Amino acid sequence: MSAGTGQAGPAEAKNFGGPGDTPVDADALTQVAMEYPMAPEIAAGSAPRKLRAAARRKQAIIRRIVITLVALFMILPLAGLFDFSTRLLNGKRTWRSWSTVFHFSQLTAAAPDLIAGFKITMALCLVTAVLTVALLVPTMTWIRLRAPHMSKLVEFICLLPLTIPAIVLVAGLGPVYRGIAHTLGTGNIWLCFIYVILALPYAYRAIDTGLAAIDVKTLSEAARSLGSSWSRVMLKIILPNIRAAVLGASFLTIALVLGEYTVAYLLSKSNLSVALFNLGLSASGDPRLTAAVSLILLIFGFVVMFGFSLIGSARREKKVKK
Amino acid sequence: MTSQTSLAQPAPAPSTGGGGRLQRMKSGVGTAPFLAYTALFLLVPTLIVVIGAFQGTGASFSLGNFRELLSSGPILQSLGRSLVLSLVSGAIGAVIGAVVAYFLSTAPPGGLLRKLVTAASSVLAQFSGVMLAFAFIFSFTGRTGLVSRTLNSWFGVPLADVNYFSTLTGLIIVYAFFQIPLMVIIFLPAVDGIRPQWREATESLGGSTWVFWRRVAGPLLTPSFLGALLLLFANAFSAFATAAALVGLGAPLITLQISQALTSETGLGAPNLAKAEALVMVVIVAIVMAAYYAIQKRSSKWLG
Amino acid sequence: MRVVTTRSALSRTGVIAGFAVLALTASACGSSSTPASSSSSTSSSSSSAAAPASSGSAPASSPAASGAPASSASSSSAAPSGGSASGDPKTATSAADLGGMDALVTAANKEGALNVIALPPDWSDYKDVIAGFQKKYPGIKLTSAQPDVSSAVEIQTADTTKGTDKAPDVFDLGAAVTLASLDHFAPYKVAAWNDIPDANKEATGLWVNDYTGVMTIGYNADVLGKDMTSINDLKNPSLKGGVALDGDPTAANEGLLAVVFAGLANGGSLDDISKGVDFFKSLKAAGTLSTAKASLQLVSGGKINAIVGWSFNQLPITAAGGANGFTWKTFVPAGINLGSFYNQTINKDAPHPAAARLWEEYLYSAEAQNFWLKGGALPILYSAMQKAGTVDATSAKSLPVVQGDIQQMTADQTKKADAYIKANWAKAIS
Repeated sequence: MSAGTGQAGPAEAKNFGGPGDTPVDADALTQVAMEYPMAPEIAAGSAPRKLRAAARRKQAIIRRIVITLVALFMILPLAGLFDFSTRLLNGKRTWRSWSTVFHFSQLTAAAPDLIAGFKITMALCLVTAVLTVALLVPTMTWIRLRAPHMSKLVEFICLLPLTIPAIVLVAGLGPVYRGIAHTLGTGNIWLCFIYVILALPYAYRAIDTGLAAIDVKTLSEAARSLGSSWSRVMLKIILPNIRAAVLGASFLTIALVLGEYTVAYLLSKSNLSVALFNLGLSASGDPRLTAAVSLILLIFGFVVMFGFSLIGSARREKKVKK
Repeated sequence: MTSQTSLAQPAPAPSTGGGGRLQRMKSGVGTAPFLAYTALFLLVPTLIVVIGAFQGTGASFSLGNFRELLSSGPILQSLGRSLVLSLVSGAIGAVIGAVVAYFLSTAPPGGLLRKLVTAASSVLAQFSGVMLAFAFIFSFTGRTGLVSRTLNSWFGVPLADVNYFSTLTGLIIVYAFFQIPLMVIIFLPAVDGIRPQWREATESLGGSTWVFWRRVAGPLLTPSFLGALLLLFANAFSAFATAAALVGLGAPLITLQISQALTSETGLGAPNLAKAEALVMVVIVAIVMAAYYAIQKRSSKWLG
Repeated sequence: MRVVTTRSALSRTGVIAGFAVLALTASACGSSSTPASSSSSTSSSSSSAAAPASSGSAPASSPAASGAPASSASSSSAAPSGGSASGDPKTATSAADLGGMDALVTAANKEGALNVIALPPDWSDYKDVIAGFQKKYPGIKLTSAQPDVSSAVEIQTADTTKGTDKAPDVFDLGAAVTLASLDHFAPYKVAAWNDIPDANKEATGLWVNDYTGVMTIGYNADVLGKDMTSINDLKNPSLKGGVALDGDPTAANEGLLAVVFAGLANGGSLDDISKGVDFFKSLKAAGTLSTAKASLQLVSGGKINAIVGWSFNQLPITAAGGANGFTWKTFVPAGINLGSFYNQTINKDAPHPAAARLWEEYLYSAEAQNFWLKGGALPILYSAMQKAGTVDATSAKSLPVVQGDIQQMTADQTKKADAYIKANWAKAIS
């Protein structure tokens, strides 16, 4: 099973051979092998090396070209936005907006609720991501194992938030959030409840692709037959095996929360995006400021995500060492 | 090769006569927390929308909203345009995103490229609204646009004006901007499931690249790909902020029609018409989803 | 066999997972609820301190409101003798009901907060109006929510947030929405009530006109290359795809009036706006009509070169021009003074009823009216202030040029225009 996988990293996410310290029995392995009929051939592994190397080189070139082209498509609009943020209509360059961005006192004078918005958005990111994963992973695993007839219903429910535009959904949310206001208060943090809903379509799809790539049933039954408790199966078997998917789901959730604006705005709540939007309105003498600030926000979001992925891999390496 | 559906099939499916219903209910227990949560925060609001859709100006039952909707040229046209936009931008995003995801999965694992692209994708997938609209306008239109002015002065490419991005083609291009990264991040776990060894094994057995995709990777990826395509479709279908920022005159998309019905300050406004339009959107996505299941079933038979 | 054993175990974990989710939710709630709920409870308790009768069960407003009239009736009957005794700010229809201006200020300070909605900082200089109020009443924390939404959304937000401390206290509304939402308002007469002409207010004070802009054409003079002399200059090819409206006429007040304005300039009338629609159709044919929404960003990026809209929305663009490398000028065809007053109203479910009333008093003070004037709008008390000599000379420089009376559409004319637009606009511009 492990032959030739020395550096085939992506496979570590689907390392059926028992992640961590869970003991594995031969039975489960045989079943895995049966599920993946190609596996025996891999073990045999005697393909002509030269051919492979040539193909690999060709693939590397194509890969570079495709990624460059797509990257260009993604970067050019942002470059245009940056260009706008530094260019006067008469063609002169200006760094006024960027200097405002980097002078914290000016920025907070223009948007006093920026700090509060930042804090609440960070808290919302965390709470929403945890809630979303905690809600979806057990449910979806359960469905795969025990209630396949529910899968269509759950998938539809998860897609539903994308079918009702936020502006309409807010009208329906009124009574729910009135109830929350009376029981929990009107704090901005309660946006997490609806953010979980908004994240469902993306998180569901990410987790579903992850679960589809592993054999949940065999894995869990193997572990169960070896006497693992269910929480252990969930935490030690399922989660590590769909780590990429769960990370993807949390990333999408966090990115969604970082940028979410419509629902918070229409429910008269505040978060980072709302504070930034207000900044854009009140600093209207400088039309470039919003462009500069939203680029900063993009970079900030990127750094947060990148940081998360580094933390994720650091933790994984530590585990492997152990 | 197992696919999503075939995994589900061997599940305990109780064949022992009368106990079936009870078993089914029991097996549903695990989904109870999920159902309870979504009932409160999603189904209640949805229900309020649905009820509103069947109400006239008063609280009484009425089909007036739907009659108005079905007889209104602009609303039906906007619905058609939304469908085209969602299908095309979804397909473009799905194909390009899948290719990028595949290439990423073959890149050195744990490498910087992969981390960078994943992080960037998740942020860009949610980058929308006014700033996305401005980004395209300020890059590609007029004599002041970064790309347009460069192309114009170097190659004499004619200048597009700001209105280009409120046309259907323009909207598709802008939507692709968030569809592609969304696909990348959604699809990456699926292509991660394809092990390089399988490809090598196929090759060592004399199979061509085509055979590999047709017999090995294709069947494995098809369900995930279709699911992602469905998500991208719905994502574009309900996108609002970007379109609202690009289109100032008229309401060529269904979400813009809804927004107009809700926010109109010139007439009496028609919040319940907006809810009826939203309900139509739900129904359309349900139909698309049914089609998705049908295709998935057929494809898993055909490929498997 | 194995399947059977896993089954029962599975259902147990499902439940455990479910509890885990609930517990998580609860702990997430619990950890951060304290500041939020405490702040809301303080504000509701302080408002109910001023209104003993309504402090009953919950901050739910409608039952409180229905219980309130009795209390205010009894307390206002006691007020004349007691002097400082105050009525219920929720039902007070003037400052006197509460025992005078000072009592109103005290009650508002006790509430300590005010929620305003849909007040863009650049819209007729609301930025200064808000700052002025905060400076004058530092004890009241003013929250400006959803600065750029339409009048219709103001009312919807009042509905979705009803009974919470985030509900808007006051509205600034266009004519059509005002008339359609009368059951959302509490009547109130400001101190300057008698200076406001009868035609500009509802008799009981449910709504009062506050200010109006004048429809104007703003344009980038550098791009046009000359001063505008006729509305037909909007067909000038140099403006290429850059003539924009501030909102679609089928939905936005300002957009609708822009079409009416174009109609008037082309020989139409307030009753017949077809010429306005035809004019925009001809712009489309000439290739100068923009389908993008007007914004300062698009103007300073050189994408939008002319805007038909309110005078007070042109002013910030003119002001921004110098620093951003363009020259923005305005033009109004001779004899066309199209305006439309916006209205001030108080939310009858206002979470801060005294502060809401104090806000109204402030808006109809010379200070706030001068800010509106400075922002390029014509405030309702302008003539009264001229008589009293309280018009600020610097602010008056921004007064839109008006030759003769402001032309306003009646409710019927608006309805007719709206119907015509809904039937013909989409066709004309597509």
